[in-house]
Amino acid sequence: MRTNTTNFIATIFLAIILSLVLPWWSVMIAALATGLLIPLKKIAVFFTPFLAILLFWAFYSFMLSSANDFTLAKRISVLLPLGGNPYLLILVTGIIGGIAAGFAAIFGKQLSLAIKKD
Amino acid sequence: MKYFKLLLSFALAIGIFFTLNNKLGSIPPLGKFLNPYTGVWQNETDESISGEILIPGLIDKVTVHYDAQLIPHVFAQNDLDLYRAQGYLTAKHRLWQMEFQTYAAAGRLSEILGEDALTYDRQERRRGMVYGAEQTIKKMSEDSDLQFTQAYAEGVNSYVNQLESKDLPVEYKLLDYKPEAWSPKKTALLLMYMTRMLAGGDEDIENTNALRLFGKERFDLLFPDFFDLIDPIIPKETDWNFIDVPQTSNPFNEPVLDSIAETIDKPDPNYGSNNWAVSGEKSYSGNAILANDPHLGLNLPSIWFVMQLKTPNHNAFGATLPGALAIIIGFNEYISWGQTNATRDVVDWYKIEFNEDRTKYRYNNAWKDVTYRIEEIKIKGKASFKDSVRYTHHGPVVYDKNFKSDREKAGYAMKWIGHIGGNGQRTFLDLNKSKNYTDYLQALTHYTAPAQNFIFASTEGDIALWVQGKLPNKWEGQGKFIMDGSLPENDWQSFIPQAFNAHTKNPARGFVSSANQHPVDEAYPFYVYNDGYETYRNRVINSYFSAKDEFNIQDFKDLHNNNYNLKASELMPYMLETMDISNLTAEEKIIFDEAKAWKYNNDIDEVGPSIWKQWYGKLYNMVWDEFDIEGTALDAPSTYQTIYLLKNKGEDAFMDIIKTPKKETAKDLFLLSFKEAANRLMEIKLEEGNYIWVNYKGTYAGHLLQGLPAFSRFDIPIGGGRNIVNATSENWGPSWRMIVEMTSPPTALGIYPGGQSGNPGSKYYDNFIDDWAAGKYHQLNFLQSDIATDVIISTQTLTPIKE
Repeated sequence: MRTNTTNFIATIFLAIILSLVLPWWSVMIAALATGLLIPLKKIAVFFTPFLAILLFWAFYSFMLSSANDFTLAKRISVLLPLGGNPYLLILVTGIIGGIAAGFAAIFGKQLSLAIKKD
Repeated sequence: MKYFKLLLSFALAIGIFFTLNNKLGSIPPLGKFLNPYTGVWQNETDESISGEILIPGLIDKVTVHYDAQLIPHVFAQNDLDLYRAQGYLTAKHRLWQMEFQTYAAAGRLSEILGEDALTYDRQERRRGMVYGAEQTIKKMSEDSDLQFTQAYAEGVNSYVNQLESKDLPVEYKLLDYKPEAWSPKKTALLLMYMTRMLAGGDEDIENTNALRLFGKERFDLLFPDFFDLIDPIIPKETDWNFIDVPQTSNPFNEPVLDSIAETIDKPDPNYGSNNWAVSGEKSYSGNAILANDPHLGLNLPSIWFVMQLKTPNHNAFGATLPGALAIIIGFNEYISWGQTNATRDVVDWYKIEFNEDRTKYRYNNAWKDVTYRIEEIKIKGKASFKDSVRYTHHGPVVYDKNFKSDREKAGYAMKWIGHIGGNGQRTFLDLNKSKNYTDYLQALTHYTAPAQNFIFASTEGDIALWVQGKLPNKWEGQGKFIMDGSLPENDWQSFIPQAFNAHTKNPARGFVSSANQHPVDEAYPFYVYNDGYETYRNRVINSYFSAKDEFNIQDFKDLHNNNYNLKASELMPYMLETMDISNLTAEEKIIFDEAKAWKYNNDIDEVGPSIWKQWYGKLYNMVWDEFDIEGTALDAPSTYQTIYLLKNKGEDAFMDIIKTPKKETAKDLFLLSFKEAANRLMEIKLEEGNYIWVNYKGTYAGHLLQGLPAFSRFDIPIGGGRNIVNATSENWGPSWRMIVEMTSPPTALGIYPGGQSGNPGSKYYDNFIDDWAAGKYHQLNFLQSDIATDVIISTQTLTPIKE
């Protein structure tokens, strides 16, 4: 459980740092790195970074959007289409980031296994 | 096994990356688009309007005060800084729009939207839009003001260059592309965009088809050069004796009666505008008052961006066109001005006969070389498309065997004022500085196209109106039909000397006005014919100003918002009286009674306007069923002439519905169309609950990008309609309502259906729409010095970068 928490916090921390210099896929690099350096087991390999980035992206989006009365989020949520619901858009944003991070983490884990056994 | 898992997980991760990093069909690249630090969430904010911005190339400091409407009041020390700042600020608030419009003008939409836009792009290239822009740049270069256009471009670019990917307007993120550098050519393209919109229409091909099908006598009945009743822009009593240049003499040759199946897109014939001004004698305060409301497509971001532009030498305020310099419709300390479209036939078509290998064309009994213009159209995700367009001395051969025509050795060349090039930009730069009638007149001399009815009022008390554009001096009938391109006498022989353009200054009646009607009556010594002139708004406006002696600002507002449907009032009572109502059903009788009770105002809660629109629409199609011919481009006659014929020639053969064995008359059509209309209205009532005008009409402001619903505003509660002074129909209407009283300095009101910001995430994106719909205005804060008053909410300083 402790490794899960460490991985979770490290992923968020790394993602925030990398987002300052890299485009959106910085979350994939962050999750790959923590997957490699702080290996987890079974479904936690995917879900820990998934949840970490989901929360990071959703929280950050919420902060930006609530400060502006969700004006644009409501519109984008018509566009995508998510029925004009800004919260659904925030959730989808989190899930997209989470999925990207989760798959990068699986690769990181496989990479760690490959390195270890050689 | 472990390497298999490694490879598999690698492939998955890469797959996810590509899926989220690229556009899939119309789905934006979701990773790029939705991430909170560079995606759309960064657009969830208003523009920053405070602090200091470093701008390269500025000579001096520029102060920008914003008021509560987000109107920038720009205070520069010289003209170069002023227009550099205008470029910067316009880009800051409207970058995507200003660039997209020039892509549309240049036939480059395929670069952004992919292959779907190719036909559109080819059409715009073949129309000679880029060629025309190049001619415009040449003309601008001959004048010294290209330096201002250059400064404007650099101003735009200093904004573009400091943009980080997180700051890109949301449309770039959605379509996944980036802005390119601005240049004077893009300003020229924007001017071409306006020329196409306002002077890009013609009916030559449709007229030719109609003439061939119906013969000259019938054609003249349907499409008279002048209607029986007109109220021209320049008063009928005007004395034209000062004109000493004759109309070009008629060579009396025959039009080419070819059949053409389809034509290129035409501008919406509903584009139009109103302007009027009363003299001091007719004004409540003794100051002249001027108003203007250009009717254009209702889009978001709006076509207008309002600014105040001041240097120590001049101080102008009003509506600008993103991409063009200076104020286009507005006022300064001394004068105010505005435009309506002066429709004139400045597009003509010539049949071209090619030689065997299509390298030459026949002209004046000899063969003349064609020149080629290779148009390379880049397509997103595909190889470029190359279109070689043949140019004759007339202009581009738009239709040939490569485009909308199958003739092996013939084509149709377009002669268009848009290809001649003109420095319309100069006119606006000069108007911004004009101090009186003489200056205004001088400013107009540079203006070529699209021809406009330039209205004028000054603090000195003058009012005036000039129909200004470079207008060909045509022979009687020239350009009404397709002409033989091999005969020199069919070329445009000369232009009407500028001083002989129709105009009026301080007319005895005490007001000037225009609403896209006939510019002049038949007494004007040059050839003018009915080129789709408007016949209703002008009569309402002119009778309004003839009805009493004194007008105040409220009268002006009332007229802007006037919903009187003169068109319906000229036919519907006649239909209601003459129609045989003996066998109407009970439901039909209800609608009939509703129609009878209507007072002909297109107010939002009336049902009369909806009944009229349904009824007249059905009737019009029944009358002109002769024009519904597959594979032949045809335009049915105007509303005015249709109503004239229905009332005066109700037994004419055109009234007959060809499909039926019976010989119908106008009276029969009234009933048939009424029953069909009633049926449809009852369906609407079932589907929507009612058919009151506001719901029936459903006015909306659509986003420029194919009307994306997410960025559009629907069901705007406003009355009015087509051919009504409040010309708000489904998707076009008064795009900038302005009233200026010529006090010193002028006092002005203005509003437009949009907002100053181009960002759908800003509260300033569409915040004017509700007030606009309600007929309200905003006070325009005409600041006299750069000291911020209490109307200013924030100030930004543009500062030169020290070398």
